[in-house]
Amino acid sequence: MYSKGVVMVEKELRVSKIKDGTVIDHITAGYALAVLRIIGLTGREGNIISILMNVPSQKLGRKDIVKVENRELREDEVHKIALIAPNATINIIRSYEVVEKNKVKLPKVIKGVIKCANSTCITNGGEPVQPTFIVENVEPLRLRCHYCKRIMTREDVIDQF
Amino acid sequence: MPSLRGRDMISITDFTQEEIEYILDKTDEIRKLSIERSDLLKGKVMAILFFEPSTRTRISFETAMKRLGGETVDMSEPKRASIEKGENLTDTVRVIDNYVDVIVIRHPLEGSARLAAEIAENPVINGGSGAEEHPTQALLDLYTIRREKERINGLTIAFVGDLKYSRTVHSLSVALANYNVKLYFISPPILKMRREILEYVSNKVSVEEVNDLNDVVEEVDVLYVTRIQKERFSDISDYMKVKGSYKITLDHVKKMREDAIIMHPLPRVDEIDYAVDQTPQAKYFKQVYYGLLVRMSLLALILGAVE
Repeated sequence: MYSKGVVMVEKELRVSKIKDGTVIDHITAGYALAVLRIIGLTGREGNIISILMNVPSQKLGRKDIVKVENRELREDEVHKIALIAPNATINIIRSYEVVEKNKVKLPKVIKGVIKCANSTCITNGGEPVQPTFIVENVEPLRLRCHYCKRIMTREDVIDQF
Repeated sequence: MPSLRGRDMISITDFTQEEIEYILDKTDEIRKLSIERSDLLKGKVMAILFFEPSTRTRISFETAMKRLGGETVDMSEPKRASIEKGENLTDTVRVIDNYVDVIVIRHPLEGSARLAAEIAENPVINGGSGAEEHPTQALLDLYTIRREKERINGLTIAFVGDLKYSRTVHSLSVALANYNVKLYFISPPILKMRREILEYVSNKVSVEEVNDLNDVVEEVDVLYVTRIQKERFSDISDYMKVKGSYKITLDHVKKMREDAIIMHPLPRVDEIDYAVDQTPQAKYFKQVYYGLLVRMSLLALILGAVE
């Protein structure tokens, strides 16, 4: 038998706290799946992954949350998330405690994560080349393709996910 | 001035204004070699890798190399030759790079020349990449202005026609942004100057977008006319709507200043009336000759024959 209190907590949290791993919080509502894709998690790695979408948030109105158990995501993996979820926070959890909390931060150069929005860019021409972007501005997002020099905005990036 | 030996020319922005001026100065010096012929580049081979049809640019580069005693190898129809066998640009460049001292590339995709330059160990010159850049055209345009007007600073320059797809206009307006000039961009709404170029240029010099050429024709020093290019339109009805919308006639020339010049990257279709060719303002054929000189100078500098 559960006590009333525990049921209440379950209702609010929907997914319980994780023991060890990473919690990506404050993801722009509706983009949790895109976040998983951008960091390259497929679910086939075997870790338990919990995805919460469109949960109420004081800061954002609605937000998504992703919890990855038994895996601490590396800095370079998570910062790409800023491309689509600029407000996301990364919490590293050990023994139910948050031991590290970081806001996502875009690297200066992004390689191979997204495609150039310019269909006539050489990186879309079947060549063995990684699309490469220089981050010129974060908010609003401005990426310049290293090859064709065209500017991409957040909308152009989101269109790909 | 640091040597330009071994340098790529992919974008006009890869060169400082000092370097650009240096190339133009050397062009003045190399002029006499265009008549005498020279052995400056004897033993050097240039590959012409054109994945897009071109007559003028290809012949201009070829002549430039030959006038300096160099040789050229040409992939005359690369579309048929290697692309249809399924070979990509990367492999083609990697192979050709073994045979030659310098590669000139023209390719329909943007950023293609930059990729080629990353692959090749020898210098790569961009002979036109999609609708993006055409840096040697920008150089020859600057040279034409400098020769004909004896200065670049202080001039009012108007671009007219297709400002969205004309790579010539993109490269030249970026190059001009280093000078003290006033620019007018005159085009139909669907062919307006690209956002990123407009942003870049308007941060550095005075820029105004204008709909009607007649509003500014009297005050310009340089009128740069471009062809509205059929091949850049995916929808032919869009092309038909704007075709011929900015035709330069004798009426325009009469309103122009006597010492103003008219330039055009050629080929021309019908955007400049043939009658204009006879006016003193028409400089577009002289521009072609200057193009040869600029390419000679650039090849001599990049291949280290001139320091």
